Amino acid sequence: MIPEILSFGDKGFGDELLRGTQYTLVIAASAYLIGICLGLLGSAGKLYGGAFARGTAAVYTTIVRSVPEVVLILILYFAGTRGTNTLLGYFGLGPIEVNGTLAAIAVLGVVQGAYHTEVFRAAIQAVPAGQVEAGKAFGMRGLQIFRRIIGPAMLPNAIPGLSNLWLIVIKDTALVAVVGNYELLSTTASAAAFTKRYMLFFLTTALIYLLITLISNYFISKLESRYRRGQTKLA
Amino acid sequence: MNWTWFPEYLPLLFQGVWLTIQLLVLSMVFGLTLAVPVGLVQVTGPKWLARIARGYCTLMRGTPLLVQLWLLYFGLGSVFAAFPEVRQSIFWPILREGYFYAILAFTLNEGGYGGEIMRGAFLSVPKGELEAARAYGMSPWKVLHRVWLPRAVRNVLPTLASETVLMLKATPLAATVTVLDIFGVILRVRQNTYITYEPLITAAIIYMALTFLITRAFNYVEGLVPSRR
Repeated sequence: MIPEILSFGDKGFGDELLRGTQYTLVIAASAYLIGICLGLLGSAGKLYGGAFARGTAAVYTTIVRSVPEVVLILILYFAGTRGTNTLLGYFGLGPIEVNGTLAAIAVLGVVQGAYHTEVFRAAIQAVPAGQVEAGKAFGMRGLQIFRRIIGPAMLPNAIPGLSNLWLIVIKDTALVAVVGNYELLSTTASAAAFTKRYMLFFLTTALIYLLITLISNYFISKLESRYRRGQTKLA
Repeated sequence: MNWTWFPEYLPLLFQGVWLTIQLLVLSMVFGLTLAVPVGLVQVTGPKWLARIARGYCTLMRGTPLLVQLWLLYFGLGSVFAAFPEVRQSIFWPILREGYFYAILAFTLNEGGYGGEIMRGAFLSVPKGELEAARAYGMSPWKVLHRVWLPRAVRNVLPTLASETVLMLKATPLAATVTVLDIFGVILRVRQNTYITYEPLITAAIIYMALTFLITRAFNYVEGLVPSRR
């Protein structure tokens, strides 16, 4: 059923595509986690920060969300490479070849962070002020309030946005192919160019991305119903 | 900072901006034209048609745009090139161009995303208004183009604005299929001069300016059609 060219082993590209899929998933998941961290920081800066933190967060989200991801990926990719090497130069270390996968993770993480910032900001703002005040009345401090009240209360609000961003980051990993890497689309492109079977390879890859998305959707709906339990259903 | 390349490439850059705008406007217009039926049949169409539209949206939203573009350009392109009939036809000058495949891919993609938006938009129009239109004796077609569609579009104008910005941010992918849009010109500058940052930052600034213009334009349109909530 499966054509030989997609089989595993020396004759087919099956194992190469599988490895590409692994890279894609690793890049997506790591970038997503970095994005969540940056997003929490950014939303905290936007909501509770001083003028400097608020300004920085605003510039960060505005720039990242209005410049195309491909352009950002190139800028951050080269800036990151040169920055790292300049930094190493100060310590008297020679230039290193920046690991493509790590660079991709860092770049996509920074891009994701801007979108996460907005998701968390909106979710936190939707938490009723009375609940936070109740926490204060109990004598909780800032971080305690965040951990015990704002965090759990905003999570159901944030989950639709967070799941959207997960689907977006999977598709954004494909953009890394522009700078060349080992992820799924780059692997596909070189396999297709090598064998001249463009249609076959790109269709297979589209199918793999679609499967990842569909499987993610399944778990997202599970997660959503779990975190929405106990809440009144919307009409 | 090295800006010596700038005067030489400025005319090309202007052409690039023009091409980007073309890509954006054409794919948005074609894409949204496709999105209206895709959204509509999911709301009122027969079940089998609704299911096809649903699957289409999932397909377009579940795979990266770059894969769709490369599938069409390299995949379909190589299939076309294999047939001498196609190569000798009058359409070949078009079917050879990355520009054509870029607009095709963006249009199909926008049809999927826009279809999902239009589905929600059609659902958001109050039933009473449609009933009132029918009570006036309007045919289904008249109800659609006089009441249902205008109201639906007005309701999702803000979403369409962000959709347009997303499409703008997708246009540089066309540069990967040899289109000389803004990003394509920038890549060429980089290739020819080995200068990396200044061109890329120029591109970032141009895209930010275009984003700003799009947002302003949509705000203006939203102001033209006041909505009472």
